[in-house]
Amino acid sequence: MAIGVKVLERPIEQTSYVRATLSGMSNTLRHLVRPHKVTTQYPEEREPLSRRWRGTHRMLTTEDGKAKCVACGLCPTVCPANCIKLVPGEDEQGNRYPLVFEIDEFRCIFCGYCQEVCPEEAIHLGRHYENSEYSREGFVYDLERLMAQTHPVCEMWDPADPRGE
Amino acid sequence: MIASVLLVAQVPTPQGEPAFGVFFVATVFKMIALFTVWMVGVAYMTFAERRISAWIQDRRGPNRVGWHGMGQPWADAVKNIMKEETMPPYANKAIFFLAPIMSFVPAMLAWAVIPFGASWASKWGRIDMVFADLPIGFLFVLAITSLGVYGIVLAGWSSNNKYALLGGLRSSAQMVSYEISMGLSLIPVLLLTGNVTLNAVVNTQASLHVWNALSLGVACFIFITAAFAETNRLPFDLPEAESELITGYHTEYSAMKFSQFFIAEYANMMTASAMIATLFFGGWDIPFTQADNSGAVSGLMVLLSILIFALKMAFFLFFFIWIRWTLPRFRYDQLMSLGWKIFLPTSLAYIVIIAAIVLGLDAAGIERGLVYGLILFGANAVLLIGLFVVLDRGRIVSPASAPVAGARLAHLRALAAERARLSAVEPR
Repeated sequence: MAIGVKVLERPIEQTSYVRATLSGMSNTLRHLVRPHKVTTQYPEEREPLSRRWRGTHRMLTTEDGKAKCVACGLCPTVCPANCIKLVPGEDEQGNRYPLVFEIDEFRCIFCGYCQEVCPEEAIHLGRHYENSEYSREGFVYDLERLMAQTHPVCEMWDPADPRGE
Repeated sequence: MIASVLLVAQVPTPQGEPAFGVFFVATVFKMIALFTVWMVGVAYMTFAERRISAWIQDRRGPNRVGWHGMGQPWADAVKNIMKEETMPPYANKAIFFLAPIMSFVPAMLAWAVIPFGASWASKWGRIDMVFADLPIGFLFVLAITSLGVYGIVLAGWSSNNKYALLGGLRSSAQMVSYEISMGLSLIPVLLLTGNVTLNAVVNTQASLHVWNALSLGVACFIFITAAFAETNRLPFDLPEAESELITGYHTEYSAMKFSQFFIAEYANMMTASAMIATLFFGGWDIPFTQADNSGAVSGLMVLLSILIFALKMAFFLFFFIWIRWTLPRFRYDQLMSLGWKIFLPTSLAYIVIIAAIVLGLDAAGIERGLVYGLILFGANAVLLIGLFVVLDRGRIVSPASAPVAGARLAHLRALAAERARLSAVEPR
């Protein structure tokens, strides 16, 4: 009785504890016998991913199995998280290729700028999200590992189809 | 030689007392069997609570370990044993160790007098499905279960933590308050039975053809509510009160010692359910039959009566869980006023009323039978409905408020009406 809160006279339907208790119990019982099961049973069931889902990176390859990357240096420049390490190289014919191409998936913020900026459509983000490793170093994906990924790649935003349907 | 003397001391008859050796072996066997079933039951109660609460809240609950999560209690046990035990530096070590045991043991001891089945007419003599049919019956249960509060209070005190201490204090106040209404609500049962042994209570209900829950409805209501308070279950789980006291008395406990408090809570629930089933819902008596009421019965009937008892218990265990996930926690002053201002006077008045009815019915020469039970049932239905009507409006739970003077209320209402009028006139 410490606080002077005003008391309003309310009808019995609103103040009856017995009725409130009984209706509460019937409510919980109703949920008990007919639950609305909304939980996704994760490892067995999976929610569908959007076609524009930006996940683990993937480096696409040419028909003869080499990386499409020409080591132009646009992606490390545009990368806001500074997670791409690129050392360019050049072969006898004057073709540029990456000597070192590493993406630190731990630092990456999955913005998708690298995919957007890439002139060769080599680096892509993928529709894949289950990354787990035992060490921090394990999250630094080198070129071989990026090329070995097989998941579907992320689709870019299309002005003709803004909602990705 | 000694064994043969013990076994053939007298010629055993199915209804007679068994020889001491038989009695001893039977008792040891009953203890081992019931203790095993009971402990497994407690383990699965924790599982049932988690699954049922999950279903009530539209979740799934633990369903990963084993078939439909049935292995969960064992996984929990392994986890709790493997975990690190922390020891608060300023705790009173001896009492800190003793407290979890003290809260757990009384719940187990109470089972000594609870009959869980009809007597078995074996060829070695009559074997009662109760460990010790003490002449003091449920007084023993009341005495032992009230010891459970020591575990909680000592846990709170020995942890040397203010929240734990507050939890322990609340718990002692709560349990002492509700112990009184609990004891008083059993006096009408005693008036009807004329005996305190629990088997006599069961037999009385069988002979009246009505459960005490019907013939003594108000006492049943008070007893069940007090049982919730005694076992510290919601809506009376003030000693724990996660939001205010950081789980209260077991704040400082970890690993297996914490788990022991957990086990103790469920053990107390099992005991409370068994008491409710025995005292008010006919105990092991098989409903709608009379075959099990004439002394010792065959083995099959004994199993059936044990099953009936287990089903009744299971229902009340479910009821405990159901209530927990429906009702919110009481405020402390509401708890106290409910215990002292409502239950205590009601149970005292109820004793007088029931004593008068029993006296009147006996004076009118009505036999203890169906008619007797039905008259009591009618009287109790009226009393229970009356009680609910009286309690219903703002009296079970008092608001945290003060009454407003009439003039002030009129002023507030006028203000509200003015505001409503203004907002209706000016479109947003």
